[in-house]
Amino acid sequence: MGDGDAAAGLDPAEVGRIFREESGRSLAALIRAFGDIDVAEDAVQEAFAVALGKWPRDGVPPNPGGWITTTARNQAIDRLRRESRGRQLLSEVAVLAPGGGEPAIPQEVGPVPDDRLRLIFTCCHPALSTQAQLALTLRLLGGLSTRQVARSFLVSEATMARRLVRAKRKIKAARIPYRVPEAHELPDRLRPVLAVIYLIYNAGLSGPAGPGLCAEAIRLARILAGLLPDELEVAGLLALLLLTESRRASRTRADGSLVLLGEQDRTQWDQALITEGQTILRRCLRRNHPGAYQLQAAINAVHADAATVEQTDWPQIVALYDQLLVAAPTPVVALNRAIAIGEVQGPAVALALVDELDLDTYYPFHATRADLLGRLGRHREAAAAYQRAAAMAPTDAEQDFLRRGGRASREADR
Amino acid sequence: MAHYLLSVHSVEGEVREPMTDEEMAQSHQQLAVLEQELKSTGAWVASGRLHEPATATVVRRAGGEVVTTDGPFVESKEHLGGFYIVQAPDLDAALTWASRVTGAIRAPIEVRPFAGFEV
Repeated sequence: MGDGDAAAGLDPAEVGRIFREESGRSLAALIRAFGDIDVAEDAVQEAFAVALGKWPRDGVPPNPGGWITTTARNQAIDRLRRESRGRQLLSEVAVLAPGGGEPAIPQEVGPVPDDRLRLIFTCCHPALSTQAQLALTLRLLGGLSTRQVARSFLVSEATMARRLVRAKRKIKAARIPYRVPEAHELPDRLRPVLAVIYLIYNAGLSGPAGPGLCAEAIRLARILAGLLPDELEVAGLLALLLLTESRRASRTRADGSLVLLGEQDRTQWDQALITEGQTILRRCLRRNHPGAYQLQAAINAVHADAATVEQTDWPQIVALYDQLLVAAPTPVVALNRAIAIGEVQGPAVALALVDELDLDTYYPFHATRADLLGRLGRHREAAAAYQRAAAMAPTDAEQDFLRRGGRASREADR
Repeated sequence: MAHYLLSVHSVEGEVREPMTDEEMAQSHQQLAVLEQELKSTGAWVASGRLHEPATATVVRRAGGEVVTTDGPFVESKEHLGGFYIVQAPDLDAALTWASRVTGAIRAPIEVRPFAGFEV
C-alpha cells in the first residue's frame, strides 16, 4: 500500500483529523436511527477502521460525511444481525423507520433540524449532572476519545469511562429524548447547552488540554449558532468566544506565564477573529434583547476597540457590567464590575465594593484585592492577599504570576 | 411507553411551613384535577399515599425460618410518603407530570424509570 499512500498523500493522522471533523454528524444521525448510543458509537468506530484502510489508498471520498454515515450504518446492521439482542433492536427500529425494512437516516434538507442539534440537547439535558453533560458533549459531539476527555478534566481514564457509561445508561433507562425542545421550553433548555460550551472553552483556557478544547467549543458554538440563528444568546456566546480567542497569542509569555489584559501586546490580537466577533455581536445587539453572553461579548468588544490600555472606554464597560449584574447577579460578576469601577473611580472605591463580596474561596477575589491594596500603597496587606491567591490558583502559570506579585509587594514594603 | 415512579419523600421531624386551610383546599383541588387528567390521557397506572413508617412490618428469612419484626426496613429520617406510577413516552413527559405534582403538594418529587418496560 506504500505507493497508494504516496499517491493519496494521506497519513493516518490526517485521516483521523478529517474523520473527527465529519463524524459528529454521522454519529448523531446513527443515534437517531438506532436509538442507541453504544450501537452508534461502535459503528462509527468500525467505519473509522475501514477509513484507515481505504482512504490512504483511494483518497478521501468526495462527501466524507455521507461516506461515514453509510459505512457506519452498514456496519451496525451487519453487527446487529449477528446478535440475537441486535436482531430484536433492528426489528424495533424497523417498525419506527418509514417504509419498514432498515433504519432510515433522515436526509438533512430544508428546515429539518440537524441531528446534532437534537443530540446536544440530549447530552445537556438538565436530568444529567454538569459533569456528565460536559463529558457526553465532548465525547459524542466533539468526537474526543474517552482518554482525551479524561485528560481535559484531570481525571483518570477509568473514572471518565465510568462517568460516560453511567450517563449513557441513564439516557437509555430513563428515556431522555432526542429532540429539539419546543419554543416555549427553549430558554430553559438552552441554558445548560450554552453553559457546557462555555465551560469547555474555559477548560481549554486554563487546563492542560489547551487550544484543542477552545477550538472545539468554538466549533460547537458555530454549529449551534448556524442551527438556531434566531437565538441571540447563542450568537452572543459565539461572539464572546471569538473575542476571547482573539487574545490567545498575547495571553501567555513564551515561558507559559500569564499576561494581564492591561499588559498584553495588542498588536498580537487576532484582528480577523475580532472583526468576526464584533460583526456577530452588532447584529444581535441590534435586536435589543441583551442577555448575559451578549453583554460579556460586548465588554470584550470594548476592550478589543482600544488600541492601547489607556484608550479603554471604562465608563462604557462599567455600564455594561451594570446590565450584566442585572442579567446574572453573581458575586463573580460583581467582582469584575468592581474592577471596572476601580478604573473610573480609583482603587479605594473598588476595594470597598470588593470587600463586601462573599468570595473567600475564589482565588481571583484575593488576586483582585492584592492588586487594589498594592495600588493604595498597602503593600504588606497586598503581599498577604497575593499569597492567599497563589495558594488557591489551579495552574502553575497562575501560581507563578501571583507569587511574582507577592514578591514585588514585599519589596515595595521595605 | 415507559413507566416511571414519581415518589414523594418526606423528612421526619422537618417542619415544613404549614399550609393554611385555604392552601390545603387548593392543593387538594389541584391534585384532583391532575389525577383526573392523568387518567383521561391514559398516563395513570397507580397512585397511593402511605401511612407513617412506624406502621411498617418487615418479614425476612433467617436460618430457614420466617421472622416477622416491627418497624421499617431501614431506620432513616427520609421515608416514602406517597407515589404515582405513570406511563409516558419519554423522561420529558414524565418530568412534566412531576412538575405538576410538586406544584400541587409543594414537596420535591423523585422521578425514576421502571426496569423491564422498555418497549
